[in-house]
Amino acid sequence: MELLANLALGFETAVSPMNLLYCLTGALIGTLIGVLPGIGPVQTIAILLPTTFALPPVSALIMLAGIYYGAQYGGSTTSILVNVPGEASSVVTCLDGHQMARQGRGGTALTIAALGSFVAGCFATVVLALLAVPLAELAFRFGPAEYVSLMLFGLVGSVVLASGSLIKAVGMIVLGLLLGMIGTDVTSGAHRFTFGIPELADGLGFVSLAMGLFGICDIISSLETREARDILKARISGFWLSRKEIRDSAPAVLRGTLVGSLLGILPGGGAILSSFTAYMVEKKCSREPETFGKGNIRGVAGPESANNAAAQTSFVPLLTLGIPPNVVLAMMAGAMMIHGIQPGPRVITSNPSLFWGVIASMWVGNLMLVLLNLPLIGVWVRLLSIPYRLLYPAILVFCCIGLYSVNNNTFDIALTAFCGLFGYVLHKLDCEPAPLILGFVLGPMMEENLRRGMLLSRGDPAIFFTRPLSLLFLALTAGLLIAMALPGIRKRRSRAFEQ
Amino acid sequence: MRITRPKDLLTGALFVAFGLGAMALSLGVHLGTAARMGPGYFPFALGSLLSLLGGVLVVRGLRPAPARGGWPAVNAKPLLIVLSSVLLFSQLLIPLGLLLSTALLVVVSSLASQEFRWRETLINAAALVAVVVAVFVYCLEFPIPLGPSFRLLSP
Repeated sequence: MELLANLALGFETAVSPMNLLYCLTGALIGTLIGVLPGIGPVQTIAILLPTTFALPPVSALIMLAGIYYGAQYGGSTTSILVNVPGEASSVVTCLDGHQMARQGRGGTALTIAALGSFVAGCFATVVLALLAVPLAELAFRFGPAEYVSLMLFGLVGSVVLASGSLIKAVGMIVLGLLLGMIGTDVTSGAHRFTFGIPELADGLGFVSLAMGLFGICDIISSLETREARDILKARISGFWLSRKEIRDSAPAVLRGTLVGSLLGILPGGGAILSSFTAYMVEKKCSREPETFGKGNIRGVAGPESANNAAAQTSFVPLLTLGIPPNVVLAMMAGAMMIHGIQPGPRVITSNPSLFWGVIASMWVGNLMLVLLNLPLIGVWVRLLSIPYRLLYPAILVFCCIGLYSVNNNTFDIALTAFCGLFGYVLHKLDCEPAPLILGFVLGPMMEENLRRGMLLSRGDPAIFFTRPLSLLFLALTAGLLIAMALPGIRKRRSRAFEQ
Repeated sequence: MRITRPKDLLTGALFVAFGLGAMALSLGVHLGTAARMGPGYFPFALGSLLSLLGGVLVVRGLRPAPARGGWPAVNAKPLLIVLSSVLLFSQLLIPLGLLLSTALLVVVSSLASQEFRWRETLINAAALVAVVVAVFVYCLEFPIPLGPSFRLLSP
């Protein structure tokens, strides 16, 4: 019953008129930006992060969460209508969703994506609420050794998803950890890697780094390649599902929800892995697997439910252990820290209305998306027809002014340009920036815990191997690394990315 | 010695450069011991790991295995124009104010597109300036100077 009381507290916070408004605004502008082809949740959050800074923390987080689902929802709209996935997790939706749209069933595909996401969202909210308290209590028993091993596990887990070379991905993590060291060392007060630049004494700005690597860099690389966009001109109608379609897709939604909820919690999991897995599950379960890729409604229902469920349950490790399991949540972690909230087990006890409010607002946000987006679909379609040459200057303008507002200084804007250049170099070398952001967010925390652990053990690294939980995490990490280096799995991994 | 995988080689070189740089800079601050780590200890360790990984990549880029992937192709025009439009904005925002620098940002960055047209760009700039004023100045009330500040004129 404590759960009900907690959720009640959450809903009380979430449905206050102000927060409802921010939730709505977040969901709307999240969809607005997320609908643009090639822009996924990470880019959307990076671009819109500064707009939340003027708000109190609870409202800001609620708005950010709204932006997150909105972006995800917008991404699937683009996948279905334009066949350009906004991000990796919507790639799967393209396969069957776009085919459905070509067959004149675009409205149905959008509806099932929305309803599936809503069902998944409801379920995942409950999972999050149920798991949060026991996990946070477990986390209180963690010493520095456990934290270091857990973070290592989380970082290596994130690499499972980076396509391409394993060494490059590990290198990106290390590079991210190093970038996280820039600034004043908390323990000694010494300046590290600041090159005498006073603005760097507080560390490299998270917003600058994220916006440079994702926002600016993406604009440059999409300007290089002029892609022919294949927008569906046909009118989209027929949002209602037939009884047969409901019967067909309901089990897929349920399976997707379960897959997503489970995989979202794991490090490196999240929306991408779960939508791929859900698609494969649907194909395996189906009696007619050959219809997949040709407009099978289950191929939309399963993955769309899964990625939404995962999007929500991936908040579990962040809010209870303080470990972001993937890059989108790393953005959320960065945003929380900017608002002065250290993500971790203490959030629940020290700030219960914030914690439960954010959870409840996820549910409210999902409901809003269903109610708002289907009627607004015409607006999103019109937005898709705006040429890119007019859109990207607008994105740049919002990025730049947003950056200025972070600290009211122009240094951050210039820094972002450099981060954009850096991101461009990485992009050209096929290095994924996602592990770097994770390393950057976790770097300072990892160093602090490592120092504390080694201080406790008087310099003996055995502390990481003798404590059972810490040993477990290390063993899992080693297992992951070995598994990824094995040739058989390596092949399967690259095949999974090609699909 | 033939370069078989240019991207691996370049990434390796980048990692080695960053790694060695981090190690050198970490030596400048107190390293400490394993039990009492100074501010340089962890970065130094990370730097050595990064240079090691970079070294492996360099070797892989040179090994006689079948060549894979070419040199990265760089299209300098959008890169330079977009980056300089952002840098320009960062330098001009305070002296020129929000209105002028936003318009400049839109016009300069639009030059990067292959389908650039003057009329369209100017209309876009005017529209965006209006949106920016409405959103950031009136709704969010950001403290940003609107017009040119006259500090430029008086010493």
